[in-house]
Amino acid sequence: MPGGNQQPDPSVSTPAEQAPSAAAQAVPALAIRGLAKRFGAKIAVNGINLDVPAGSFYGLVGPNGAGKTTALSMATGLMRPDYGQVWVHGVDVWEQPLAAKKLMGVLPDGVRLFDRLTGEQLVTYAGLLRGMDRDTVAERTADLLRALDLSADAGTLVVDYSAGMTKKIALASALIHAPRLLVLDEPFEAVDPVSAANIRDILADYVSSGGTVIVSSHVMDLVQRMCDHVAVVAAGNVLAAGTVDEVRGGQSLEETFVNLVGGRSTSEGLSWLRTS
Amino acid sequence: MVAHLLKLKLILLRNSLRRSPWQIVGIVFGALYGIGILTLLIGALFFLGMSDPALARTVVILAGSALLLGWGLVPLLATGVDMTLDPARFVTFAIPMPQMLTGLALGSLIGIPGLITLLASLAQAFSWWAHPAAVLAGIPAALIAVMSCVVLARMTVAATTSLASSRRFKDVAGLIAIVPLVLIGPIFGTMATAFSASGNFLADLADGLAWTPFGAAWAIPGDIAMGNPGAAAARFVIAAAFLALITWAWKVLLARALVTPAHNATARRGAGKLGFFARFPATPTGAVAARALTYWIRDPRYGASLIIIPALVVVLVFTGIQGGEGIPPVVLGLGPLVAFLLAFGISADISYDNTAFALHISTGVSGTADRAGRAIACAVFALPATLAAAVVPPVLIGQPEAIPVLLGLSLGLLLSGLGLSSVFSARYTYNVPLPGENAFKTPPGSTGRTMLVQFLWLAVQFVIALPLLVPAALYTFGAGGWWGWVTLVLGVLYGSAAMIAGIRIGGKWLDRRAPEVLLAVSVNK
Repeated sequence: MPGGNQQPDPSVSTPAEQAPSAAAQAVPALAIRGLAKRFGAKIAVNGINLDVPAGSFYGLVGPNGAGKTTALSMATGLMRPDYGQVWVHGVDVWEQPLAAKKLMGVLPDGVRLFDRLTGEQLVTYAGLLRGMDRDTVAERTADLLRALDLSADAGTLVVDYSAGMTKKIALASALIHAPRLLVLDEPFEAVDPVSAANIRDILADYVSSGGTVIVSSHVMDLVQRMCDHVAVVAAGNVLAAGTVDEVRGGQSLEETFVNLVGGRSTSEGLSWLRTS
Repeated sequence: MVAHLLKLKLILLRNSLRRSPWQIVGIVFGALYGIGILTLLIGALFFLGMSDPALARTVVILAGSALLLGWGLVPLLATGVDMTLDPARFVTFAIPMPQMLTGLALGSLIGIPGLITLLASLAQAFSWWAHPAAVLAGIPAALIAVMSCVVLARMTVAATTSLASSRRFKDVAGLIAIVPLVLIGPIFGTMATAFSASGNFLADLADGLAWTPFGAAWAIPGDIAMGNPGAAAARFVIAAAFLALITWAWKVLLARALVTPAHNATARRGAGKLGFFARFPATPTGAVAARALTYWIRDPRYGASLIIIPALVVVLVFTGIQGGEGIPPVVLGLGPLVAFLLAFGISADISYDNTAFALHISTGVSGTADRAGRAIACAVFALPATLAAAVVPPVLIGQPEAIPVLLGLSLGLLLSGLGLSSVFSARYTYNVPLPGENAFKTPPGSTGRTMLVQFLWLAVQFVIALPLLVPAALYTFGAGGWWGWVTLVLGVLYGSAAMIAGIRIGGKWLDRRAPEVLLAVSVNK
């Protein structure tokens, strides 16, 4: 485990928007300092700082191409950052990857699954790869499949799953080792409303028992209802971060988001598209 | 509208060239190869057309029929050989059917296979220059034949898209279609033997084919040159009718494919069947091995490299039997060959995983466990297969004293090859068919790097195998029977050491560079 010198110094680089709360005083579940990534001429992530307090339900919102997925990939050890550091509960992700990965459950967006396995095999595989014993894996797999309403399709190949079912089985793979921090990139995409509500219940339950969840999403309503903290990301920068109420400041989150990010067109629209 | 479709095809071709310089290299090589063959063919034909019209006719009919058949069969093998103008992408555009058909058909001519076919067919018509009437009739006949090629290929595509909407069909069809292709060698061998036995066999075959739709168009100039205008006219009718028939069939199939979106009906299955995961030890290494072995069985891309092996046995035995009496000594090479091919099979394992490999990174499985699991999965069937391939042939041809040297060489190649592949797939990734794609598809723009990596693998494997090749050569050249036993002992010990070293090195590289490997394989998606 890390020494105290590896922990980020909150007085130096904590974003100013972030109000000090009781949780933030302790070691954050996820701390990001100066994280940056460049692809050729395009700067995908422009040196961001972020603190995700332990026990929070944190929403990451931003327009398409804002750098959310890149930032989360770097935070979870899937993509090497050009600059910056990431700590998960005080453990440096890039210095002590194995210790950090034990604490994290990851649902990446836009990656394939081993989809020629059945759903049950895939979740079992994720558990065994983490070095868990067979009985625990079997028990938790059955629980997860039941909770996510996939028991009837447990023996079906993942390649034959619908998009929503695929998201759910990937979520189950991320939960199997009972991580302290869950990083979910677009977890609700293509998931039907009933399943989405079930997943929200599971996540809320997880947070109330002390876990931390980070979700990225386009759906402002969902983030406003579900999350207690939010960060708005656009063009590789964090534009605002803090509790949901602080960030939206009386407006709806969607209005705040549009004001921050800009890009609403004010023209007359498509006049020829009117049918009458 | 037709011009739009053709322009689209050209733009797609140009843009795909922009993506990578390797693709340009691939196209240049393809073009040089095609032009070389073409020059050779035309030269031969111009000479033949003058000196021996009957032989020229036979050659043109046989080659032309094979060409037409090839255009019809290749799309079966490689769905997505050329899906740049996939009709499914035009579903929402309401393009009138006749324009769409014309555009798609002419679009198929843009590209190396189409252009070569067109040029070769026209050149064939002009090779009858000694008989002007034959050239005159040969040009429209050649155009009919070329259009038949293109439409037949398109018809196959349309037919398979309506048939092959289920994943299982796609998985199996691609693999089965390779079988006749592998057997082409033996078939031609048999034909050659029959030909030398009765000099007229090929001429008779060509005469027969000339009355079928496959050979009719190609026979026309020859018929006229040899003074059979009646037969030529009849064949013209056959060829034209065939073109009309397949065009109509294509239209019907395409219309049906356009309104039948891909569907997938599978039975739901409950929990309880863990397959290999229940049999392998519950460790990360065991889990990787169970997963990899499941993929060897379920993923047709892995099956494709397995199906080569029985085919190889057939080809070796076949060619040998034609040479002389009984089973030839060349089958003794089977053991080392099988070992070599199977060990090569896991050299692109992470490339096959594609981005699914992210699971290995986010679970923090160690590089060594990853490498070892994959090698074990391959060894589970490669070891018995290699043993059989090394022991059975010498017994069959009555040279059991050769067993130790063959066994040593085969096991050494297999074990050290698995080690080498463990190093290679941790570092040198290249584009392979994506999960779910046809196993024999060559992804665009990857030929150069693929060939380079595979050549490098071969070269390194040869160097690694040198300590085994020396005693094996000493045995072969009569330095003494005990060199065979030296090879066996050395093969097992040295091979195992090389495998363990390979797994360790590959594991270390993977621990250090896993995110970079993920980035490299995710470029191809």
